[in-house]
Amino acid sequence: MLRASVIVFPGSNCDRDVKTALEAITGFPVKMVWHGDATVPSSDLIVLPGGFSYGDYLRCGAMAAQSPIMRDVVEKARKGTPVLGICNGFQILCESGLLPGVLMRNKSLHFICRDVHLKVETDKTFFTGCYRPGEVIRVPIAHAEGNYFADTETLDRLEGEGRVVFRYSDAEGTVSPETCPNGAQRNIAGIADPTGRIVGMMPHPERLYEKMLGGTDGRRVFESAVVGAVAAMG
Amino acid sequence: MQDNATSTITPETVAAHGLKPDEYQRLLKILGREPRITELGIFSVMWSEHCSYKSSRVWLKTLPTSGARVIQGPGENAGVVDLGDGDAAIFKMESHNHPSYIEPYQGAATGVGGIMRDVFTMGARPVANLNALRFGDPSHPKTRHLVSGVVSGIGGYGNCVGVPTVGGEVNFDAGYNGNILVNAMCVGLARTDKIFYSAAKGVGLPVVYVGSKTGRDGIHGATMASAEFDDKSEEKRPTVQVGDPFTEKLLIEACLEMMATDAIIAIQDMGAAGLTSSTSEMADKGGVGITLDLDHVPQREEGMTAYEMMLSESQERMLMILKPGREAEAEAIFRKWGLDFAVVGTTTDTGRMIVMHKGVVEADLPVPVLANSAPMYERPWFAPVPPQPVLPQWVKAPNGNLDALKTMFGSPALCSRRWVWEQYDHMVMGDTIGRPGGDAAVVRVHGTQKGLAATCDVTPRYVAADPEMGTKQAVVETWRNLCAVGADPIAITDNMNFGNPERPEIMGQFVASVRGMAEACRVLDYPVVSGNVSLYNETNGVGIPPTPAIGGVGLIPDVAHVADIKLKREGDLLIVIGREQGWLGQSLYQQIICEKLEGAPPPVDLADEIKAGRLVRALIREDKVSAVHDLSDGGLLVAIAEMALASGEKGSGLGVELFAYEGKLPAHAVWFGEDQGRYVLAVDPARAEEVVERARLLALPARIVGRTGGDAIVLKGEEPLKLTELAEINEGWLPNYMAGEI
Repeated sequence: MLRASVIVFPGSNCDRDVKTALEAITGFPVKMVWHGDATVPSSDLIVLPGGFSYGDYLRCGAMAAQSPIMRDVVEKARKGTPVLGICNGFQILCESGLLPGVLMRNKSLHFICRDVHLKVETDKTFFTGCYRPGEVIRVPIAHAEGNYFADTETLDRLEGEGRVVFRYSDAEGTVSPETCPNGAQRNIAGIADPTGRIVGMMPHPERLYEKMLGGTDGRRVFESAVVGAVAAMG
Repeated sequence: MQDNATSTITPETVAAHGLKPDEYQRLLKILGREPRITELGIFSVMWSEHCSYKSSRVWLKTLPTSGARVIQGPGENAGVVDLGDGDAAIFKMESHNHPSYIEPYQGAATGVGGIMRDVFTMGARPVANLNALRFGDPSHPKTRHLVSGVVSGIGGYGNCVGVPTVGGEVNFDAGYNGNILVNAMCVGLARTDKIFYSAAKGVGLPVVYVGSKTGRDGIHGATMASAEFDDKSEEKRPTVQVGDPFTEKLLIEACLEMMATDAIIAIQDMGAAGLTSSTSEMADKGGVGITLDLDHVPQREEGMTAYEMMLSESQERMLMILKPGREAEAEAIFRKWGLDFAVVGTTTDTGRMIVMHKGVVEADLPVPVLANSAPMYERPWFAPVPPQPVLPQWVKAPNGNLDALKTMFGSPALCSRRWVWEQYDHMVMGDTIGRPGGDAAVVRVHGTQKGLAATCDVTPRYVAADPEMGTKQAVVETWRNLCAVGADPIAITDNMNFGNPERPEIMGQFVASVRGMAEACRVLDYPVVSGNVSLYNETNGVGIPPTPAIGGVGLIPDVAHVADIKLKREGDLLIVIGREQGWLGQSLYQQIICEKLEGAPPPVDLADEIKAGRLVRALIREDKVSAVHDLSDGGLLVAIAEMALASGEKGSGLGVELFAYEGKLPAHAVWFGEDQGRYVLAVDPARAEEVVERARLLALPARIVGRTGGDAIVLKGEEPLKLTELAEINEGWLPNYMAGEI
């Protein structure tokens, strides 16, 4: 039995999508946890979904990072509960200090919704174990603030420690400024914490998990988590 | 001018409220006394064209509005149709033209917000947004600014609320230079036993206000939307409402949570004319009176008067009538979502709307009079005279058909709209099956195998030439787009955008348009279940091209059998079904290549449409076609090129080898004619004969026109046109234009 919790902030709008995808892939019911609650029920996996938590007021993710539930999410994450932040969830992870850097306005200044190619940089995280390093997958993005920024030292450290998880590429896996949809530094689409158990990513794997929706490349993010959770149970 | 109940009403005050002198006399007669200023304000919005449909009602009554699947036709917040298995679709389209011209971002954003409220008010979760946008000529100095503002406003609102914007259309035409059109459509899903209406039935019930606070924005918005523009229209900017999609998202969740209880008797959103219109409509439909105490209305600003509160069009507000004693339970839900909640009145048996503020009666009016006394005009009209047809031989041939195709594909009329729809989140909610860029958008009915298809269409140049035929064509184009994805068309919503109805030629366009719509809907058994009329779309006395936008909704029984326009297999044969006459009158070819528009628009044969639509749907469900595209703007060659481009990114997909045409028509009329009732099908060669034969059995012509393969469009005697080149031309215009490079 996989116990997954999805945190619902006011303004979250991919919460149901993640729940649907997780339940379809894992076969286990998912708990929806309200932002005002003090604790997350004991979970094998916590997802911070996409959306516009608190209307993106102040700064994307900034207010959600201060909500009551996040104190417990941060504590559980530090103790080893795997956490996946998708889109706004990635922004919240950065704002709450679980991941370094910040997501700025896209270079074009526009919201962008389209499928992009991602080069999987590592299979050494809780959410990418079922991919092969170097593999190219197709997953949609949908954001106005996905332009990843961190100082050079941080970027070097992320790369040095193998914590860049996904990079924007073309279908052949070439990573270049032309293949970056939003201006993110070093084409970074997703990163991990040093343990590989906390991952933030701008693309939406839950949107391409079945053929009917146009592709299945996002599915293995969740399958990796199931494999990881089963392994953790021994 | 609006501070107390005893001020005398001067003719200037009446004129400032948009009432004609004879309308004011009518009001005096009805009331038997001079109105208080708040009462004058209330009547002015209720009698505005926008709220009362005073010029159009008499004609709208002639539209077919019932059918086997219709649960609720026009008259409620939105139309409701039955999808079977207890599922219902609730949908409507509405204009926000005037505000969007004045303040494009907020005008468009609140248009989207308003139409979604119309839909979730009735108990539906919004699942798909569409929009129909008409801008002025690209060279007009304001066009770029308006496109940019409207598109980001639509995206900014819909993306945040988390409802996918899945389809729509964008036109550029000098006729909209001074008055753009922003028509927003929303489709929602509900359970048939959980549909909510607006009739406030019962006496002594709490009237509850929820959502955002009331501010001074949007006062007289409905009146503005019922007037022509002139050079001073910019001064009306303060009448444009300001939207907050975050609050809307919370309001949707709170209302749906509330609706899952059985505490609500009636619910209505506060749209145009805000508190005034919602209270009077709810009271009138319920046959009761309402006493409002404005002291309890949540207010954003200090010192607001009764007049301002009754006329404010602040966004994201709803009014509910609850069962007695359920207030605390309701309040807890709305507070949880961080929204205001206030009991602002009660229903009464007096039949009067009484508005109290600080202990003073600011309005005391009989509800039935308020709701139903608006003037109804049978305005004089001239029947438009349709032009004579243009024979294909009279329209000059291009130097090369593929060259003409390139020119057309790189024009504002046919270039890719990707720059627009990539700014809309079209995948949130995780059920988008048919993304933008195809014939109709398809979203799965969540948790089922059923699909909802939706599209909006109209070809304004056809309507301008012949409003009756042009509107008929708009209806059948939505019908074809639905059939082309494999959906059974169910019903439409309409958004009638016209000029000043007080001019007989404009009224004549409207009358003819309604006639065309009525006939098409009746014959196709495709009723009108909701709609909106936007008149006075004029600037300095010049009206817009008549633009009856039609939004069609259809049902796909099983999403395992849906079609799209992408070519998929090398070696498939392309078959055109439908009658070919080479109709070039009012065609895009004529407009772009010949640089003129003349003659009659293509005629519509409703019986043929039904036959062709049925055949296409059957073939899709039997998995006998690998791609389908309806033929519309630009004709056959354009449709085939679109299918090829859709088959791979940046021209990397499948090309087509076209067979030489050996019939009697001029070749360019075959390639670019806009004859109606036609589809292109991509079919496995082993099945081609069967498809052709089945069309013939229905007396529908069918002709094999090409074969898929290669990386170019190949036409005998002409230089092959590489898809990569065509893609670049097609994708280039809009981004370059918006970057100021054209």
